Order: sequence, then structure tokens, then C-alpha cells
Amino acid sequence: MAARMFRLAALALLLIAAALPARADEYSALVAALGSDSFADKEKAIVGLGNLGDARAVPILQALNDDRLRTGPNGEVLIVAPDDPAKLTDAVTGKPVTGLAPDSISRIIVNNRLRGRIEAALGGLSLFSPDRTTRLNAARDALKHPSAESAERLKKALAGETDPEIRAAMQEGLFAAQLLNGSKEEQIAAIHGLADYTDPQVKNLLDEYAAKPDLDPELKKAAEAAIASIDGRLRMVGAVANLFQGLSLGSVLLLAAIGLAITFGVMGVINMAHGEMIMIGAYAAYVVQQLFRTFLPPGWIDGYLVVAVPVAFLFAGLLGVILERGLIRFLYGRPLETLLATWGVSLILQQVVRAIFGSPNKEVSNPSWMTGGFDPVGGFTVTWNRLYIIVFCFVVLGALALILNRTTFGLQMRAVTQNREMARAMGIRTARIDALTFGLGSGIAGMAGVALSQIGNVSPNLGQIYIVDSFLVVVFGGVGNLLGTLVGALSLGIVNKLLEPVAGAILGKIVVLVAIILFIQRRPRGLFALKGRTAEG
Amino acid sequence: MADATQIDTRGAWGPGFWLKFAATGLVLAVIVPALNRGVSPNWFIAVPDYIVPLLGKYLCYAILALSLDLIWGYAGILSLGQGAFFALGGYCMGMYLMRQIGTRGVYQNPVLPDFMVFLQYKELPWFWYGFDHFAWALLMIVLVPGLLAFVFGWLAFRSRVSGVYLSIITQAMTYALLLAFFRNDMGFGGNNGLTDYKDIIGWDVHSPGTRLGLYIASVVGLGAAYLLCRYITRSKLGRVLMALRDAESRVRFLGYSATNAKLLVFTVSAVLAGIAGALYVPQVGIINPSEFSPGNSIEIAIWVSVGGRGTLVGAAIGAVLVNLAKSWLTAVQPESWLFLVSWLHGSAHDAGEWLIRGIFRAENWQFILGALFIGMTLLFPQGIVGLAHRFHWLRWRGRAAPPPVDDKPIAAEEQA
Repeated sequence: MAARMFRLAALALLLIAAALPARADEYSALVAALGSDSFADKEKAIVGLGNLGDARAVPILQALNDDRLRTGPNGEVLIVAPDDPAKLTDAVTGKPVTGLAPDSISRIIVNNRLRGRIEAALGGLSLFSPDRTTRLNAARDALKHPSAESAERLKKALAGETDPEIRAAMQEGLFAAQLLNGSKEEQIAAIHGLADYTDPQVKNLLDEYAAKPDLDPELKKAAEAAIASIDGRLRMVGAVANLFQGLSLGSVLLLAAIGLAITFGVMGVINMAHGEMIMIGAYAAYVVQQLFRTFLPPGWIDGYLVVAVPVAFLFAGLLGVILERGLIRFLYGRPLETLLATWGVSLILQQVVRAIFGSPNKEVSNPSWMTGGFDPVGGFTVTWNRLYIIVFCFVVLGALALILNRTTFGLQMRAVTQNREMARAMGIRTARIDALTFGLGSGIAGMAGVALSQIGNVSPNLGQIYIVDSFLVVVFGGVGNLLGTLVGALSLGIVNKLLEPVAGAILGKIVVLVAIILFIQRRPRGLFALKGRTAEG
Repeated sequence: MADATQIDTRGAWGPGFWLKFAATGLVLAVIVPALNRGVSPNWFIAVPDYIVPLLGKYLCYAILALSLDLIWGYAGILSLGQGAFFALGGYCMGMYLMRQIGTRGVYQNPVLPDFMVFLQYKELPWFWYGFDHFAWALLMIVLVPGLLAFVFGWLAFRSRVSGVYLSIITQAMTYALLLAFFRNDMGFGGNNGLTDYKDIIGWDVHSPGTRLGLYIASVVGLGAAYLLCRYITRSKLGRVLMALRDAESRVRFLGYSATNAKLLVFTVSAVLAGIAGALYVPQVGIINPSEFSPGNSIEIAIWVSVGGRGTLVGAAIGAVLVNLAKSWLTAVQPESWLFLVSWLHGSAHDAGEWLIRGIFRAENWQFILGALFIGMTLLFPQGIVGLAHRFHWLRWRGRAAPPPVDDKPIAAEEQA
């Protein structure tokens, strides 16, 4: 009985709606119609709410889908709060409703057909959602499921949208919808529009479209031209993406190898504990991060990296000086024994770190200014952390070149490298220079560790991952020469990434290793071998 | 310097040497097996069955150490890829042992080993052909490491890659092999390697008798390897090698071919390492790609350096002692050592217990190994044998001092 009353009321409301400001009342009438007994009426109301494009309908439809929608004694539609079944709110006004007898409330029943409608309506409505991410996702979703209705909705949404990124996504979805359901003119316009995108999804869509058997030849030709232009751009983007990833890997290798280029290249010391200096730098970043989290206001956390870099440099550098003074200076002129002794140091350092921090990986999080990325050409994302590492790596290299060529310390360092006896005769304290040089190389390794902590996990084995590669970079580039290290690291990184899609990650790496072994046979002193007397040292 | 490097060739093959050699052989090949089989297992001097393959494993390591000492101690080639040749020999033996399993595997395939059935191989890869014959496996154990070393060495020595450069590219070689053998589609069992062996030339690999046989084979292998290395190092070739180690340019100017001498000894060394690997695999029952890891190869250099570089005997002793210490420290429970502090009282007891519990913990092995590397290179660069010689020399003056083993004593002078 109440239901019939309600249907009458709903009809009355619909009639009144004509006389009042249209949108608002169409909305409340449709909401009221949800409480109807007939599934057909409910369906109409759901579709109507979907096409209305009013974001207020979203929680109501959601509630209906979750079986949380009720009708009250006067036919009004009520929403049950998801967390508290006793809390009711009026669906139209959004005001809380209290004091209703439990038996005066009845559930609004939905069936599977209605559920399908609800989802479609919700999908369309999210194009109008006040939340930016929801709108963006809905717009991207529209590209995946183009249909005639979605074209209408997208047109409407596009008219009211101001955000350029969402507009672009909506436009793309609209083209897709028009391509499949529009008139011939619309289809041609859509093909031309889609031809400007660099998106594998669009290409697939056009591929499917062009493969249709009964397609108009004119349309087919246009579609094929569009596919060709998208293909060309996709290839270019792929190449750029590979190049960037190669550059990123190369810069990581470079950072790991610069310190080695000094200790091995300039001093001739094979420091197998070099990897552990990197690892200690990464742990320094972890410790600084934890200190910031514990002792400083939360807003400061983004600055921890600025502190971690010098801390890691000083700590690893100090360790390097201690290592040189305490061990390596006794082994000068015996490179193979240095190798063994420093391998011992590396085992001990790993074990010490394991004893202090434990074996499991430690997580060092990116500061907010290093998370995320941007999309320069469409199709691949340049992440901030990798970009910053590339920049950081070149800054370190530049600073090192300045130190070597423009400071007294650098001058003395080069003098000691070239002719130790003569340098000592000229009054240079060679022992002090040795210790400082080793400290500098280790300190740079420590900074490399901070950078590596930003793109991977920090574990006691971190250094072991990079030690073989960094030695290869130094040997490949030519010992005792920063330019060689730079070229060696970048070319290894890029070649590795270019091989990866062809040969797979591991096989690509094996190919690179074999290539280096063969290359060293051809040029035993590396790419940029030192010439003249110093080359024999 | 020149006097010290001079080798006393007259005494090299004299009766004194053969006496010592025979005595060692007797202890290892006769007395140990006799104590295993001939005496009641309850007797305190009996060698229990589980010890036999362990001893056999150490002897294989000793052969491996000998092979490295031959090139590092005498020719100055520090190969950081010696473990690769060892593992290749081991894989050849492992392939033979896999083919012997036949229908006794989990999937009971008469031709394909279990892992191939699991990875959905349809037929045996070509490089597995012939491995059902023991003779073919033996041939491959010699050929595969030998050929790789020959090609690698030819490329490297011809272009005069030496010293640390050579060390680094040998390390790259073993690293590349490590990555390759980890791949499932290489056809070598990937990550898991080859295991679950049943029998070798008809004998059950798990039976104590076969294990004793394999142990004796290892003793014979070690003896033969030692004689071969001793022969090479005491020959004219050996002197050329030592001269190359100390002053390569000078030897070249005298008209010797450094490439050929180094290539020969590098290949022989790789074959020895391969044989060691082949003897090792049936005794430990598994071969997997971790044997290729660069760390393993560096550890071999440590054995040699602990025992005494350039002494042959020292390398073997170093390998056995370091590995003995490793098994002991990682396997022995601290409780069995606490009796040492039982007579102490109060805080002294606590401190003693803390110390012993600290030392006998498996994870501390790395500390000890690391300290061993540093300590040996800094304090005793000539290893245990060098140390023994020094005491010898103190007691009986007039005996020759051990040969010095600096990396570049003369070369450094030449270039300065």
C-alpha cells in the first residue's frame, strides 16, 4: 500500500519537476524513483541518474549497489551509513534522519541486471566527480571501453572540464568512441585526431578498426596512415626510453666507479672493499633518515638527503683514510696481495654491518621531491629519482675534475701519481697525499651509496652487486683517467639497456661481459690508455 | 735477490723427497682407509664413515689450490676465475652422474634428467650427448676447462694482458659463467644445478665403500697433481715462468716466448682445477652455479696465500687447514667448548663463556676469514710454509731460505 502511495508521490514529483528549476528536481525525482517497486522504474531512474551527470548521485548509487539503500515510511529514500547500520541519512537532502521505527523501513532490492546498470552509471558519473584523480581515471577508462553512450557523456563532461590533462584524456576517449560508433564524418575526424597520439592503446584500437572487413576504403586508408604515423612515434619513444634507462644505469655505474677510478686508477690500489664503502654510504643515508624521523619535526624529513650526502662522504672517507693508514700502505707495490687483504676487509665490514643492522633489507624512502616523475613525450615516464641521480653523478664528476685540476691537493696528487720519488724530493708529503687520495675515493663511494639507496634496497651485500661491474668500467675506460671512466660507464650502461629488449636482461649482461673480455685483448690498457712514461707505472 | 730465487734442482727428485712423498701417501691412502674399515667403529682412532667424503672434499680443494699456486706462485698470474674451471669439471662429472640416474628419477624418464622433464624439454640438448659414457665424461672433464683456458689464455697472453688486468677479466669470465649457468634454458639445471645422483660406474655413490674409493681416487689425484706441478716448476719451463713472474720484459728480451710458456701452464692449471671439480662433485653430491661466484675464486687465493705462495706443498696445506677450520667453526656447537671455562669463577667465567660463544658462531666465519686474509698478507706474506722454513732456518743455520714471493721485485726496479 505504502508502495503505491509512493509511486503516486513520485509521479507527482515528476510532474512538479517540470515547473521548477529543472536540474535539481529531475535529480530528486530520479532519486525518489529508486525506491519504486518496479525493477523497470528503478532501472530508468538509475540510467537517468547516470546521464544526468550529477556527482551527488555517486554515494546513492554506491549505497544501492552495496545494499545500503532503504525507503522510509513516507517513501523517502534513505542511506544507511557503511560503518553504522543504525545511522540513516536522507538521500536527497543529505540530512541525518532519526527516530524511525525499524519496521517502517524497507530495503530497496536490486538484481544483477540493475547492478550492471549501476556500475555503468557510476562509471559515467565519475567523469563528473569533484575528485581530480577519479575524473582522470574515468576519462582514461573511457578509452578502454568506447561506446555510443560514453561519447555523449564525454561530450558533456568535456564541456565542463577545465583541467588540461583530463581534457586531453577525455578527448582521446571521445575520439575512440566516435571512431567506433560515430557517423562517417565523425569517424574521419576521429582518425585524424587519434593519429596525433603516441599511445599503444590507440594503435591497437586503430589496428582493430582497420582490420574490419566491411570498412569504407577511404576510412581504411586514413586509418592506415594514422597507424603508420603512430608507429613511427612509438619507435622513437622506445628509443628515447631505452636511452634514458641506459643513461640511468650508466650514471649508477659511473658513481660506483668514480671512486674506484681514483683508488685503482690513480693510486694503483685494488680495493676490493670499495663496494663496502658504497654500502656504508647507503647505510649512512638510512641512519640519517632514521635520525630525522625520530628527532626532527615531520616537515623536515624531505631534507634528510641534503645531510646524508656529506655525512656519507665524511664517514666513508674517514674509513678510507683509516684503511689506507692501517693496512694498504704496508702493501704498496704488491697489488695482488692488496687485493686479498682488502677482500678480507670487505668480508669484515659486511659482517659488522650485518651485526649492527641485521641481514634484512633496510628501506630508505625517497624524499617527496624525488618521488614520481613526468612524461616528456608521452609513452614513458622519466622518474625524478633517476633524473636526480644522473645530475648528481655529473656534479660529482665535475667537482672531482675541478679538485684534480684546480687545487693544490689535486696538483700534489697528480705529482705523486706520476713520480713518487720526485714529488717527495720537491717537498710533497706523499704519505699524507696517499691517505687523502684514498679518503677522497672512498668518500665518493660513500656518496654513490646514498644515490643507490634512492633506487634500490639497502642490504649488507649491496657493494658486492657493483664491485665486478665497477672494476670492469675502470678497466674498460682506461686506468688513471676520468674521461675514460665516464665514457666507459655510460657506454656500458647504454649498450646493456639496448641489448636487453633483444637478448633479455641476463643474456645481455653476459654478452657485455664477453665483449669487454674480448675488448681488453685488443686494447689491454682500456679505451683511453695513458701514453708515455706514466703508462708503465 | 738472484741467489734467493735459485732453485736447488739436485735435491728436487732425491731420495729425501720420495721418502716424504711416500710417507704422506701412506698416511692418506692406506692408514686413513684402514682406520675407516679395518678397526671397530667404537675405537677412538676409528675414522667414521661421514668423515671420509669430508676428507675427500678437502683433498679436492687441495688439488684446486695446487692448480692456482702453479700459475700464481710461479708465473705471477693471479686468476680470479680458477673456480670456473673447477665448476666446469664438476658440471661435466655431474652430467655423467645425471645420465646414470635413468628411470630412477622422479619422472622416471630414461633419457631426460628430472629437471629437463620439469622444464618441458622434448629431447636431450646436443651437448648432453655422450655423457652416458664414463670415458666421454672423463675426456670432457679434461677438454672443457682446458679448451676454455687455452682460448682465454691465448687471447689474454698474446696481447700481454697481465697483473691486475688479468685478475679482473678472469673475474669477469667466471661472473659471466655464473650468470649463464643460472639461466634455466642453458640446459644445466639453472639455479638448482645437478643433484640426486645414484651411482658412478655401477657403484652406489652413497655407499661407504664407494665413498672410500672416491676418497682414495682424490688422494691419488692429489699425488699425481703434486708430482706434475713439481715437475713443471723444477724444469727449465718452471725457471722461465719464475723469471717471467719477476721481470717479464727482461725475459722477452732474452728471446723466450712469454705467451707460450704462460699459455701452457695456464691450460695445465685449468685442467687440474677441472679434475679437482670432477672428483669433488660425486663426494658432495651436488654441483650448482654458486661454484662460479667470484667470491669462491678469491677464497682459493686465500688458501694458497695462507699455506704459502709458490711452495706447492703450502697451497695444499693451506686449502686443507682453512677448510678444516671453516667446517669446524661453523659446525661445532659452542657448548662443546664451554668446558674450557668451567674451572673459572665469577665474572671471569662469564667473560670466557661470552668469548667462546662469540667465536663459535657460524656467522662469525666471515670475521675469521677476513682477519685471516689481512693477517696473513700483512704479517706472514710467505704463509705457513714460509713460517716453518724460518724456524727451520733458525735451528739449522745454512739451510736455504724460502724463495721470496713478491709480486714485482725486479720489475719495480726496472721501471723506477
